[in-house]
Amino acid sequence: MSKIRIATTSLAGCFGCHMSFLDMDERLVELLEHVEFNRSPLTDIKHCGPCDIGLVEGGVCNAENVHVLREFRNNCKILIAVGACAINGGIPAMRNHFELRECLEEAYVNGVGVENPQIPDDVELPLLLDKVHPLHEVVHVDYYLPGCPPSADEFLSVLGDLLEGREPALPRSLLHYD
Amino acid sequence: MSAEAKQNTITIDGQEILFRQGQTIMDAALAAGVYIPHLCHKPGLAPHGSCKLCTVNIQDRNVSSSPSDRRVQTKFFVDIDSRSVSACTMPAVAGQHISNNTPELNEVRKTITQMLFIEGNHLCPSCEKTGDCTLQAVAYHLGMLDGHFPQFFPRREVDASHSSVMLDRDRCILCELCVRASREVDGKNVFAIAGRGINAHLIVNSPSGKLADSGLETGDMAAHICPVGAILIKEHGYEVPIGRRTFDLHQVGEIGLEKVILAKTRHTDE
Repeated sequence: MSKIRIATTSLAGCFGCHMSFLDMDERLVELLEHVEFNRSPLTDIKHCGPCDIGLVEGGVCNAENVHVLREFRNNCKILIAVGACAINGGIPAMRNHFELRECLEEAYVNGVGVENPQIPDDVELPLLLDKVHPLHEVVHVDYYLPGCPPSADEFLSVLGDLLEGREPALPRSLLHYD
Repeated sequence: MSAEAKQNTITIDGQEILFRQGQTIMDAALAAGVYIPHLCHKPGLAPHGSCKLCTVNIQDRNVSSSPSDRRVQTKFFVDIDSRSVSACTMPAVAGQHISNNTPELNEVRKTITQMLFIEGNHLCPSCEKTGDCTLQAVAYHLGMLDGHFPQFFPRREVDASHSSVMLDRDRCILCELCVRASREVDGKNVFAIAGRGINAHLIVNSPSGKLADSGLETGDMAAHICPVGAILIKEHGYEVPIGRRTFDLHQVGEIGLEKVILAKTRHTDE
């Protein structure tokens, strides 16, 4: 039987959801008998190829996030929003209280210890969006894995359901937003 | 059951429940140990009817439908023998047949809860009330995974002027429990709701509009009754270890939790 292909990425995330994924510890070994990883921070693959499942942590905060998210949506049969940031913007969305210019000036112009103050404007850098958005405001999302971060058991629960061909059903005991 | 008892009985999801004259469906249900999801209701305070989570369906047996009933002719399915009411404001009347814990009603309640989440800035990972929050616990109870709707990301004013109580309007769900507690129990009338529609917001009845200039004290019920993280006692956040917070130990559907939640200055274990 061919392996299930999974891609993962972190957009405006903290990589904590990926760390929580790795928290399944030795259970990763058994999981790897059933799945293989495509584009992911854990592999060296640069672009997402056709996959069965895409796991996306982090909200959408800049233009590059939008491109990556669309690449995942176009290539993954099932796209899963992982963690609080992907679901509602999370802590980074607290910047939505302020104007983007205020945030940039605080960090690069008026911040303590800033030398040669200037807002970075090289074309290599992706422009920030005026607000941080959850994934589902940009692409269709098939399933949500709440938590900040979701526990390793939550990852196993949803992947277990999908590997068995079941509709994911997160047990109440694993449901948390914090 | 005697004929007399029958006259004081309502049926919720097939279970017969005795009520006293003057009780609402919610009062009767809670007294009988039946949980109807709610956020703006608190026994002892006047009912409010704003959160709509306690929406139940009443099948009126004396309502007869005929094929000419215009409700039958709509293209949407309408349960013609039932009507949706708020259990917290609807008086219990003998013979009522009430649906409460049904997949359909719980789906509606989940949608209402999602609306409350996206309308404010409910960032649980950074909230001091996480694990002790009734809104969050209700969302868990209903199996809510996401907000479904686009986020409003409102910009609302924080009032940290008071020396020991703070007000973070980002999380306010306009349940008016603080308004009622201050008015009916504390006798101070510190809080009110102002504004219309989506601009409705919690205000402080003081000359400056600031909490510092109100009569609010930490011992007041209004300072503790907030079911979410909008009104917080300062310098008492994150005191309870994860695993021992109110809703780590309890399900929101347990009856009599009001006392546990109201006595939050000290944890129930301690």
